[in-house]
Amino acid sequence: MIRVFFAEWRKLRRPTLFLGTMGAVAGVTALVTSLLFLLIDSERGNAREGQMISRQTLELPQGLSIGFSSAAGLLGLVALCVFASQTAQEYTHGTLRNLLVRQPKRLTLLLGKFISMCSFALATVIVSAVVSIALAFALSGKAKVSTTAWTTADARTALFHTFINVFLSVLASGTIGMILGLVFRAPIPAISLGVAWLLILENIIAATVKHSATWMPGQLITTISSGGDFNASYMHAMWVVSAYLALGVLVVSVLFRRRDVSN
Amino acid sequence: MSTHASPELAIAVKDLTKIYGDRAAVSGANFEVPLGTVCGFVGPNGSGKTTTMRMLLGLISPTAGSGTILGEPINHPERYLARVGAMIEGPAFYPALSGAENLRVLATLGGYSLDQVQGLLERVGLGDRGDSKYKTYSLGMKQRLGIAAALLPNPQLLMLDEPTNGLDPAGIQEIRELLRDLANEGTTVFVSSHLLSEIEMISDSLVMLRKGEVIFAGKTQDLLLRQQPTIIAKSSDPQDLVKLLAIAHDAGHEGTVIDGAAHILGPTEWAPILNKMAFDAGITLAQLAPVLPSLEETFFEMTGDSE
Repeated sequence: MIRVFFAEWRKLRRPTLFLGTMGAVAGVTALVTSLLFLLIDSERGNAREGQMISRQTLELPQGLSIGFSSAAGLLGLVALCVFASQTAQEYTHGTLRNLLVRQPKRLTLLLGKFISMCSFALATVIVSAVVSIALAFALSGKAKVSTTAWTTADARTALFHTFINVFLSVLASGTIGMILGLVFRAPIPAISLGVAWLLILENIIAATVKHSATWMPGQLITTISSGGDFNASYMHAMWVVSAYLALGVLVVSVLFRRRDVSN
Repeated sequence: MSTHASPELAIAVKDLTKIYGDRAAVSGANFEVPLGTVCGFVGPNGSGKTTTMRMLLGLISPTAGSGTILGEPINHPERYLARVGAMIEGPAFYPALSGAENLRVLATLGGYSLDQVQGLLERVGLGDRGDSKYKTYSLGMKQRLGIAAALLPNPQLLMLDEPTNGLDPAGIQEIRELLRDLANEGTTVFVSSHLLSEIEMISDSLVMLRKGEVIFAGKTQDLLLRQQPTIIAKSSDPQDLVKLLAIAHDAGHEGTVIDGAAHILGPTEWAPILNKMAFDAGITLAQLAPVLPSLEETFFEMTGDSE
């Protein structure tokens, strides 16, 4: 298992992938956090979907984490793309046969790849958190937001909880990407379908079908990242998403273990 | 069905079968490859060579039959693959990584020393291109990297599928020498190639497939001796060749004229008899040479559609 982990990291650490992804994560987080503070007095809102996060809200101990948690959705998309492409490219490059000759225990290979990609996702979440917190402090003066509560124990606890929730939501999105990668065995259809479903179809369904946000995976992953919201409770979201992922992982594990490798 | 593991055999398969839908890619294959030999694996395109190799490596499951690799059953590839090097259906690597880094990925995965990577690159003639990205490699260089990857485990058994594809004549000769050296060091080499002259030069034994069925498995020399040798006779007068064919026909040997020479089927020891018969008929032969069929000729004769 540990050998699979380190072998996978040799692929994940290549500069175009690692630095490119971390740069994109830092950029997206910086954009979301900057808008949160710089548009604080805008009537068109300073958060996603035109929501307004007030100065008073930002000055709470939880205020430090709001920019970071707002970037969770985009971090999830990055994870979905990375997990899907890293998995599916083994089929399109034909490299899966090399991997299976060197590690014939297929589930060990799959689990090792998954754990290494989870550690990659953890790195993206850490980068996002650092960028968001640094920018929050940097822009607080310009936005006239008091940071007194951000240095308290309550703020640290809130930050910790947000970090865990964002990381779990990113893992859930990444796992969906890996499942799609294993089903489609090609990065483009796996990523296209995943992004189209999570970004477009779910939002259309959520806007047109009442209570649909309580069972759709993408909506519930957002609920997890924010620690519970008006759509569903945190525990409900955790249970339903876990059930979806468990089912998906079970199916693709059986497929991966039994399917002939003929490309 | 079980196949008894033999310590003398690198590969042993019994009734190995793979069926896709209603088509048998491999049908009841039986063959053995002794340890420490070079075994050629030949057959026309689509005859089931790659499918067989994939079954031996645990990449696809046989529909029926059984086999052993280095004494271990093929349904437990984890027991033997650490001692097997393989390149199946051409090289496959990550385009964005360098050749050396691609090898390090596989060395890390297999638990092999990273220190040997440069040595392997040099052994296959890529010593100065290891840091170049794989996507910049020529077909021949990719092939060499594939062979280097197969050598990572210092294998007891090396399975190579068309290893000389894309190589120039000098590269083909290098690979031939490499495989021979490996065999001399005790590595069993199981190699498929469409370059039958190469296979003939390096193989101790052969497995020949046709439409998924093994039509020959054994020593290369035994296969060639099975085939009818040809006696090639030349005369300065083309009319003499027609007379010569008639003489041979009367003696029970068929022949034909190809490129100004009579090609008559017959054993080597019949050549002097033909010479005397020609002389008695007033034919002066400019050349008389018994020729054993090459592997290529044998291959076409055995694998060609006769029905």
